[in-house]
Amino acid sequence: MTDKTAHTGKNTGGGDVRLTGISKAYGSFTAVHPLDLTVPQGSFFALLGASGCGKTTTLRMIAGLEDPSTGTVFLGDTDVTDLPPYKRPVNTVFQSYALFPHMDISENIAFGLRRRGIKSVKKQVDEMLELVQLGDKARHKPHQLSGGQQQRVAVARALINHPQVLLLDEPLGALDLKLRRQMQLELKRIQTEVGITFVHVTHDQEEAMTMADQVAVMNGGRVEQLGAPADLYENPRTTFVANFLGTSNLIEAEVLEAGSDVLVTAGGGKLRVPGDRCTPAVRAGGRLLVGVRPEKISLTHADDAGAIADGRNRVTGRIADSSFIGVSTQYVVNSPAGAELQVYEQNIERDARLVPGAEVVLHWNPAHTFGLDADQDIDAGVESVEDAG
Amino acid sequence: MSAPVLTKEAPEPVEEPVLRKPATRKRLVPYWLLLPGIVWLLVFFALPLVYQASTSVQTGSLEAGFEVTWHFPTYWEALQEYWPQFVRSLLYAGTATVLCLLLGYPLAYLIAFRAGRWRNLLLVLVIAPFFTSFLIRTLAWKTILADDSLVVDALNALHVLDVTSWLGWTEGDRVLATPMAVVCGLTYNFLPFMILPLYTSLERIDGRLHEAAQDLYASPATTFRKVTFPLSMPGVVSGTLLTFIPASGDYVNSELLGSTDTKMVGNVIQSQFLRVLDYPTAAALSFILMAIVLVMVTVYIRRAGTEDLV
Repeated sequence: MTDKTAHTGKNTGGGDVRLTGISKAYGSFTAVHPLDLTVPQGSFFALLGASGCGKTTTLRMIAGLEDPSTGTVFLGDTDVTDLPPYKRPVNTVFQSYALFPHMDISENIAFGLRRRGIKSVKKQVDEMLELVQLGDKARHKPHQLSGGQQQRVAVARALINHPQVLLLDEPLGALDLKLRRQMQLELKRIQTEVGITFVHVTHDQEEAMTMADQVAVMNGGRVEQLGAPADLYENPRTTFVANFLGTSNLIEAEVLEAGSDVLVTAGGGKLRVPGDRCTPAVRAGGRLLVGVRPEKISLTHADDAGAIADGRNRVTGRIADSSFIGVSTQYVVNSPAGAELQVYEQNIERDARLVPGAEVVLHWNPAHTFGLDADQDIDAGVESVEDAG
Repeated sequence: MSAPVLTKEAPEPVEEPVLRKPATRKRLVPYWLLLPGIVWLLVFFALPLVYQASTSVQTGSLEAGFEVTWHFPTYWEALQEYWPQFVRSLLYAGTATVLCLLLGYPLAYLIAFRAGRWRNLLLVLVIAPFFTSFLIRTLAWKTILADDSLVVDALNALHVLDVTSWLGWTEGDRVLATPMAVVCGLTYNFLPFMILPLYTSLERIDGRLHEAAQDLYASPATTFRKVTFPLSMPGVVSGTLLTFIPASGDYVNSELLGSTDTKMVGNVIQSQFLRVLDYPTAAALSFILMAIVLVMVTVYIRRAGTEDLV
C-alpha cells in the first residue's frame, strides 16, 4: 500500500496518455492513420474494433514495441516516442500471456522488479499473488496452470511494477465465455482497486462496454468515435458504430422538413427524428439514414393499431421470423420502409398473434431515433464471420 | 431382490469376449513396432559390445590365439600407459566443443531470429559440407593450415602465432602438426552438429517472450541472459553432447592434421587394433573411454537440469 501512494504521488503532474498525430505504415499499407487520442489518467479505456483495424498496433506503439511512422507518444508530460520498451513506465498483458515457461509463477511475477534492481521482492510478490488469488500456485510452472490462472499471472506480472499505464492486448481472447465474463469483472475490480490507467484492446463490443469508462471504436486504422459506452450506444455517429456496437435498424429516408424536429419519409410512412440527434447537416429534400435500436421498438398487431398513442414513429410490416430466447423474443420484420428490421420484445405479456406472417405495426418514441449521413455504407460494421477473429 | 442381481451379472460374460481381444492386440502393437529396432540394436550394438568386453579380458598372442582368462589388469596397464592420450582427447574435445558453442550460437541465433527469408538457404549452407567426404574436408584443412598458406602468413603477421606458441598450442611459425591444427579440425568438422540442435531450440522460442521481457524492463542483453539463453538450454546440452562425445573418440583429425605429440586416444585404439594387433588392450581402451564419457555426460546433464525445461 505504501508503494501505491508513493506511486500516485509521483503521477500528480498529469498522467494522461496522449497520442498526437501518431500513425503506422508498413510499406504501402497504413495500419494506423494519423490519430490524436488522450487517455485520462486512472481511466479504463478500451480500443474496440474488428481484427486488422489498427487497435493492437496503436497499443504496441504506446508500449514501445512498435515504432510509429509519425507522431508523438506522451506519458504525462514526457515524450516517450524514442524510448525503448524497457525504459517506459508502461507494462503489457499480452494476448498469449507470454509467461516465461522456465520460471515459476512467483519468479514470473518478480521479473520486472528484479530487472530494476529491487532485491527484496517477496512481500510484493505475495501481495500480488493474493490480489489475483493465486497464493497457492507460487511454485508452479506456467504450463501447470489453466488458461484463466495464466491470464491472472500475466496481469500480476505487469501490475506489480505499478506502471503508469497498463496495456491489455485482448487478454481474454483465449478464454471460454463463462471464464471471460468472470475475468471481466475481476479486471474491473483490480483496476478500481489499484487506480492505474488501463488501456484495453478488444474486438468484443460487450466486453468493451461492460468494462471501460471510455471506448474508442476503431475501423480501418481510424478512430470512428470516442465516448462513454452508453453514449456510443445511444448516439452512434457512423453506420459502423451503429452496427458494430449492438444492432441497429437503419432505414433510408428522404427529408421532408429540417429543423429541431426533422420529418422524413421512408417507404410511404413518415418518421420524426430529433434534430440534435442527426449527425449530418439536414436539409429538406436531402437523404438521411434513420436509425433505431431493436429494443426501443414495440410491436403491435395490425388489428390493434388504433390503440397506439399519437406522436410515436410508426412503420407497418409483416413478421418474417421470430425466435424465443427466454428474456425476450427477437422478431425480424419486413416492411416497405426497410427489409429485415430487428425488434426485441421483452417477454412480459406475449401476444399469441405475433407469429411469422402476421401483419404488425412497429412503433417507438421519436426521441429514440437518430439520423446518420446517408452517403455511408449502410452495412459497415455488421458482424460477419471474418470479424469473429 | 433377485432382479437387480440378475441384471448385474448378465452383461459381464457378454462384455468380456468382445472387449478383451482388441484390447490385448492394441497393447501389443507398440512392441511389434519396436521389434525391428530391437533386433538391429541386438545384432549390431549389444552383441559387438559383449564381444568387445570379452576381448578386453583375453590374453594370448596373435600366433597362439587369444583366450578369455578374465585378465582385468589389462585395463589398469592400458590406463597407466595411455593416460596422457586420454587427457589430451578430453582436452581437445572439450576445447573444440567450447569453440563450436561460441561460433555456433551466434549463427544459430541469427538463422532463427534474424534471417527472414534467407533462413532455409542458411540452413542448407550449414549442412552443405556434408556433401563432401569427411576425409576430403579434413585434408583440405591441411592445405589451409600449410606453412606457406595465407592463413598462417596472416596469423604470423598479426603475431597471433607468438601468443599461441607461448601457450604451447603451436610451434614457432607452424600451425600444421600442432594441437591448434587438431582442435581447428575438430571444431570445423563438428560445428554443424552444434548449430542444428541450437537452431531447433532457439527457433522454438516464442518471439513474444522477448517482447514481454523488454516490456518488463529487461534490456536486450538482459533479455538474452534471463530468457533466451535459459530457454535454449536443451539445444546447448544436445549440441555440446553431439560435439563432445564423437570428438573425444575421433582420430582422423589428429591423424591428418596433428603429429605424434597430438595423439588422441582414438589414434591409440586404432593403432592397437590395426597395427599392433593387441586386441585386448584396444578393447580395454575403448571401454575406459566409454566409461569416462558416460560419467561426464551424466554429471553434465544433471547439472544442466534440462528436464525442468518445457
